Amino acid sequence: MAARGARLCSLLLLAALAGLGAEAKNSEDVRCKCICPPYKDHSGHIYNKNVSQKDCDCLHVVEPMPVPGPDVEAYCLRCECKYEERSSVTIKVTIIIYLSILGLLLLYMVYLTLVEPILKRRLLGHSQLIQSDEDIGDQQPFANAHDVLARSRSRANVLNKVEYAQQRWKLQVQEQRKSVFDRHVVLS
Amino acid sequence: MVSHGRWGHWQSWGLEALAMDQKGFRRGSFQSATSDEDMLEIAGASMDFSMADDDPPLDREMGGFSSYNGGGMNGTSTMMDFLEEPLPGVGTYEDFNTIDWVREKSRDRDRHREITNRSKESTWALLHSVSDAFSGWLLMLLIGLLAGSLAGLIDISAHWMTDLKEGVCLAGFWFNHEHCCWKSNTTFTDRDKCPEWKSWSQLILGHGEGAFAYILNYLMYVIWALMFSLLAVLLVKGFAPYACGSGIPEIKTILSGFIIRGYLGKWTLVIKTITLVLAVSSGLSLGKEGPLVHVACCCGNILCHLFTKYRKNEAKRREVLSAAAAAGVSVAFGAPIGGVLFSLEEVSYYFPLKTLWRSFFAALVAAFTLRSINPFGNSRLVLFYVEFHMPWHLLELVPFILLGIFGGLWGAFFIRSNIAWCRRRKTTRLGKYPVLEVIVVTAITAILAFPNEYTRMSTSELISELFNDCGILDSSKLCEYVNDFNSTKGDDLPDRAAGPGVYTAMWQLALALIMKVFITIFTFGMKVPSGLFIPSMAVGAIAGRLLGVAVEQLAFYHHDWAIFSGWCSPGADCITPGLYAMVGAAACLGGVTRMTVSLVVIMFELTGGLEYIVPLMAAAMTSKWVADAIGREGIYDAHIRLNGYPFLEAKEEFSHKTRAMDVMRPRKSDPPLTVITQDTMTVEDVETIVTSTTYSGYPVVVSRASQRLVGFVLRRDLIISIENARKKQDGIVSTSIICFTDYCPPLPPSSPSVLKLRSILDLSPFTVTDETPMEIVVDIFRKLGLRQCLVTHNGKLLGIITKKDVLKHIAQMANQDPDSILFN
Repeated sequence: MAARGARLCSLLLLAALAGLGAEAKNSEDVRCKCICPPYKDHSGHIYNKNVSQKDCDCLHVVEPMPVPGPDVEAYCLRCECKYEERSSVTIKVTIIIYLSILGLLLLYMVYLTLVEPILKRRLLGHSQLIQSDEDIGDQQPFANAHDVLARSRSRANVLNKVEYAQQRWKLQVQEQRKSVFDRHVVLS
Repeated sequence: MVSHGRWGHWQSWGLEALAMDQKGFRRGSFQSATSDEDMLEIAGASMDFSMADDDPPLDREMGGFSSYNGGGMNGTSTMMDFLEEPLPGVGTYEDFNTIDWVREKSRDRDRHREITNRSKESTWALLHSVSDAFSGWLLMLLIGLLAGSLAGLIDISAHWMTDLKEGVCLAGFWFNHEHCCWKSNTTFTDRDKCPEWKSWSQLILGHGEGAFAYILNYLMYVIWALMFSLLAVLLVKGFAPYACGSGIPEIKTILSGFIIRGYLGKWTLVIKTITLVLAVSSGLSLGKEGPLVHVACCCGNILCHLFTKYRKNEAKRREVLSAAAAAGVSVAFGAPIGGVLFSLEEVSYYFPLKTLWRSFFAALVAAFTLRSINPFGNSRLVLFYVEFHMPWHLLELVPFILLGIFGGLWGAFFIRSNIAWCRRRKTTRLGKYPVLEVIVVTAITAILAFPNEYTRMSTSELISELFNDCGILDSSKLCEYVNDFNSTKGDDLPDRAAGPGVYTAMWQLALALIMKVFITIFTFGMKVPSGLFIPSMAVGAIAGRLLGVAVEQLAFYHHDWAIFSGWCSPGADCITPGLYAMVGAAACLGGVTRMTVSLVVIMFELTGGLEYIVPLMAAAMTSKWVADAIGREGIYDAHIRLNGYPFLEAKEEFSHKTRAMDVMRPRKSDPPLTVITQDTMTVEDVETIVTSTTYSGYPVVVSRASQRLVGFVLRRDLIISIENARKKQDGIVSTSIICFTDYCPPLPPSSPSVLKLRSILDLSPFTVTDETPMEIVVDIFRKLGLRQCLVTHNGKLLGIITKKDVLKHIAQMANQDPDSILFN
């Protein structure tokens, strides 16, 4: 239930990101870019100016005009002006989201590999499920169901639920790792 | 067991077909381990049998995390009769097994019929039926939104991180090079340099010139590349091992009916997204299109859990996954129609017409979402969108066909060598060091890539530059032609002699081509997310551009030759090297993946015009023919065969004259067919059979003497029902009789009560006679999506053919190794 709520939250966040991209029109984020190639003995130059789309042409953007009056038209004909928009807010938010998720994952990985074994050693016997990690092996299908059923009745509170979910997830990752990395059964 | 007639000598049959009998490979224990794990989930607390790492469904059937007391189910009085409510767990599948398409489709039809019938009763039921019909479209909308957003995240982050290897932006560390220099005025020739962007040597040393600065830049580049790829492989190994590779072969197999639990789950989605950015940014020779398809399918699978209609039915879910795959390609290339055709041609197995329209909708929504996020700052969806519309001449078809031949040859070469390398990784000690392998390949790639500017830039940028038609305003080395400024007509430059810049670019590009051809072989298939489209397109684009510039210079210097004089007068712009690059890219991509229609449509959606359809088609067809002449399979089919997935190829004809009795199990030397009788076996007998064999299903016959077929029952359903009955029903003990019929035989009152398992029996299993030609049997398996088919003779049950038997038989007929089929 909590996980589904979290999923919905992340969905909304991503939709907000999409909407953000569509709406954010920071005035700094528009420009008219005019590229003018070399002309006679003037070298080529690129001009950027913050103008609206209807003003995006050579005459408004190229300042100061490098060529004298009569040549302006010939010069401007060779220039290419493009109106461009971007959303720096979207970029900033996206990069920050990405880096925070990456950071969280790295922290969790460090926790799982280094911190948790130390904690478990200190609080030995906290959860019986740790022992069942290793020996899934060759058990009878019916007997195993009995075991788990007997064990399941004792679990009630949230902390145990989280613990149980984490144990199950670790088991799955271990199985996946065995298939992919050790036995090379899938995804070789 | 009484044997009679000519079948008397067939005493020892066996259902090896259903067992995992790979030598050197303890599949048996793995299979039971998985079924135990699933049993853990069923009888245990979480009831999470459908997808192992997804949330348990919020149904009233669930007991939550407390004991499965069945109190939420239909009460104790109707426990004896299971006809009303199926047990949770019955009708689901084990990991690495094939689904039963027929059963899933008929279940969906039943559900739909029930909703339609009930809709006449009340307004609430009518609303329910309308919302049920609408749910598919809502799901497509959500998939498009999520896939588009994730693609935007991936694009923006990958762009930024790729530039992070070279420097950092002082005006805001989140800007990449292009966006950093967005506001400043730069010079024409040095348009990449601006004061806000500092390369690492400029930051550390204070200046950017000189040998020491170069070495420092080199070192930082390699260090960043190594760090990114190390992070990527550690995350994949630690959190979601299924996130490595391209994903398309596995998705093809999943869509044909295979189950790989966890492959399209939450953790795989998160890890794949994050590590894809890292892998692309580390400069490795891989692309992000294949993994984007996997990401989109994960989104589709996760969102399916919001709707009961799709969560419970595996066949409907695969329709949604086909549409999600289309959305994935659509955001990768900005080509919605190409995405739908790719899903139809490459990825999907069953593609009903309804899915076509919905896939298009999902692809459009995804493309629109990506466009509104605007990752490239110019409302384009792909970095290498081209906008020129120069005409081409019919005589240019000759070099285009040459490019097609090159594409086909390269495709076949790449597939052979990549499969050989992957097989070596699978079978020798190389596979034991995945992290080390990734680091070594990244180090080699980074060290070789930095000196050559065309390999230093990201592959998408390289393709974009190669596709670009040179105009006056371009100042890249590739466009350094000898210009004659007195006779220019706007942007329409004539064919000119190549300047020194072009010659330098040519040999640099040739070196880049050689490097990319060889390094991609070792990169594709590593334990990081890796795609194949961009490197293939890069190889083709380089080859195409080289050929285009060569033809252009030939036309310029020898414009008086007969072949050129007719259409290419001096001063005209006849040859467009950018077009050659595009055609080369299409040819190489077609040679590797053997795509036909979808490739052409993707390429012409990239170019925005129909002018180039004929060259693209010519090259694509030529490359496919050349590549097919050398090797029959595309890269994805080759990987499917390498992994041994049970994928029944839908495109090939089976043309041998064998019959069903040659393929069926049990064979002459095998133990007899394991059957269950309809009303004479006890619970203990059935339990013995289930635990002593590993078959996935058992035929049910009237009696051992007559061997007349009643139906087929699945192992998983048997286990669940018997377990449940032992716990919930009164009086079920080991000596209770199991009865699969409606009317059970009357028993003396002192005997224990009867266990009725009529509801889990499939009463309409498919049967063929033993004389049926295998062509028809293979066709039946393909068209109906069967998992097994019973073989009868004169109306009596003789044996069974499973999908694995069919695949082994096809492999045998094609002189391949039949033992390479691993899964069932």
